Amino acid sequence: MILTTLEGVPGKEIVEHFGLVQGSTIRAKNIGKDIAAGLKNIIGGELKGYTELLQEARQEAIDRMIQQASQLGANAVVNIRFATSSVAQGAAELFAYGTAVRVN
Amino acid sequence: MGDLINALIFLGLLALGYFAGTYFEKQHYKSIKQRERQTRHVPLVTFGAKQAIPEAREVEMFAGSVVISSDYFKTFTLGLRNLVGGRVVVYESLLDRGRREALLRMKEKAIAWGATQVLNVRLESSTVSGSQGRGPISIEVIAYGTGIR
Repeated sequence: MILTTLEGVPGKEIVEHFGLVQGSTIRAKNIGKDIAAGLKNIIGGELKGYTELLQEARQEAIDRMIQQASQLGANAVVNIRFATSSVAQGAAELFAYGTAVRVN
Repeated sequence: MGDLINALIFLGLLALGYFAGTYFEKQHYKSIKQRERQTRHVPLVTFGAKQAIPEAREVEMFAGSVVISSDYFKTFTLGLRNLVGGRVVVYESLLDRGRREALLRMKEKAIAWGATQVLNVRLESSTVSGSQGRGPISIEVIAYGTGIR
C-alpha cells in the first residue's frame, strides 16, 4: 500500500478512484503517565509518554484506513490528512483520511 | 505559618520552573539549531498538490510528532498576561520549539529512508489538557509530508 500526502503517485498513473477512506481511534491517557506529566509540567519540556501514546494511536488510525482501502481493492491512498481533537477530558481522537485509488 | 509555607512552596516552584525551564529551553534550541544545520540539504516544501509531481521512483509518507509542556513559570506568566492581554512571548517560544522539533523528527526519518525532498508538508497542532482539564497546557504538534527518492 502506497501512502502519500500528494494528489498522485509520482511515476505512476491513477487508473481508478474509490473515494474517501478514513481511520480513527480514541485513546485515553493512563494515570502513571499523567503523574509523570504532572511533574514535567513544573520544569517544562517534552512529555515523552504522551508523544509515544499519540504516535501509537496515529499508527492505529493509519492501519484502519489502510484496511478500509484494501477492502475496496485499492493499492494506494493519496492526499492523506491527519486531524487531532480532544473528545473528552484526558482522551484524544486521532483521525486520518485520504482518497483510495488504484495505480499502475 | 501555613500561609507562609504555601507562599514558599509557590515561590520555590516558580523559581524551579523559571531556572530549569529556561535551561532546558536553551538546551533544546541548541539541539534544534544543530540538527537543522545537519539536515539542511533536504528541502521541505509545502506544495506538491497543484504543481506537477516531481520525477521520483518511490514515495513514502513520514510523520513526526511531539508533545511539549509549558513549565510552572510560563503558566504563571500566562495567568498574569490574561489580566492585561497582549503578546505571550513565553508561549510563542514553546510552540516554535514544538513545531521545529516535529519537523526535524519527520525530516530525520525521511533522510534515514533516503529522501531527496519532502513534499506537501502539513503541520497540525492541538492542546492536550491535564486530568482536571486545567493547569499547565501541553501542546501536541504533528508534521507530516511525503518523501520522494
